[in-house]
Amino acid sequence: MNTAKVKFGVVVFPGSNCDHDAYYVCKKIFRQDTVFLWHKEADLKDVDVVILPGGFSYGDYLRCGAIARFSPVMSEVVRFANRGGTVLGICNGFQILLEAGLLPGVLLRNASLQFVCKFVNIRVENAGTRFTNGCTEGEVLQIPVAHGEGNYFVDHDTLKHLEDNNLIVFKYSDADGRITDSANPNGSLANIAGIVNQEGNVTGMMPHPERASDPLLRHIDGQKIFRSLIESIISRVEGDVPTYAEIGRS
Amino acid sequence: MYLSKIRVTLRKSILDPQGKAVEHAIGSLGLLGVGEVRMGKYIELKVDSRNETAARNTTEEVCKKLLANPVMEDYHFEIEKLP
Repeated sequence: MNTAKVKFGVVVFPGSNCDHDAYYVCKKIFRQDTVFLWHKEADLKDVDVVILPGGFSYGDYLRCGAIARFSPVMSEVVRFANRGGTVLGICNGFQILLEAGLLPGVLLRNASLQFVCKFVNIRVENAGTRFTNGCTEGEVLQIPVAHGEGNYFVDHDTLKHLEDNNLIVFKYSDADGRITDSANPNGSLANIAGIVNQEGNVTGMMPHPERASDPLLRHIDGQKIFRSLIESIISRVEGDVPTYAEIGRS
Repeated sequence: MYLSKIRVTLRKSILDPQGKAVEHAIGSLGLLGVGEVRMGKYIELKVDSRNETAARNTTEEVCKKLLANPVMEDYHFEIEKLP
């Protein structure tokens, strides 16, 4: 039995509303060390993984994520990321990562102009990241989205860079993994639902894995992302990989 | 003291669904010849600078670093000297 634990830090901005869900999944479902990181504190408390949760940080004023980027905790998160620390941005957290320049692109208003809140299918495009190595390439996960501004956009050259370097982690697909317009909930360029940086330590995604991780809620595909993270971080520290059964069921 | 009047608009290459929706609404007013609606933001701020060049530079910096996201937005501004 492997007893090593990963320490998660969930950042709390004024207006975050998925912070407790993320905390709950890390702490109660996976039984990992988990702390909240208050936006005014420039101290990451020695965490292994920083989660920027969903919500409406600073009321989405100016642009989603634009103000959060200037909070004291974010200077530390940027430093942490630049040193190779693991950062996962979910929904508003993804928007913040883009505004902070840790990932390329922007998230525009949904093409439909509607707030979209539903389960979507996302296909794993890159199963080699520390966020997805418990998945298989081409695997389809069912995870909900809930956003008004999730329409991913980058210029042509950056898109090519993302594609050539396998930096697109998830794409919206149908249940069979086909990338179609009708499976795209928000108009995202190339059906992009999540990307990773070149170094592989920062990922942003619009779908909410923390909302599909508690077996009580019946959908648990989101667990694969947390499991992948826990497994890759523990194996990096300890040099041995615990089985899925050992993680989260202790 | 100077007043900066800043307009932030979506870049031409970016689809503006909000503008499109407004355009449709204008269409349903029964008015003809109105089109290509683009939405944007208008921001005013006061800058306490020695001269207009300094006010312009400060405004430029605020626009670049905060008010506009260059991936999707352009900005334009005018500077007015306050009495």
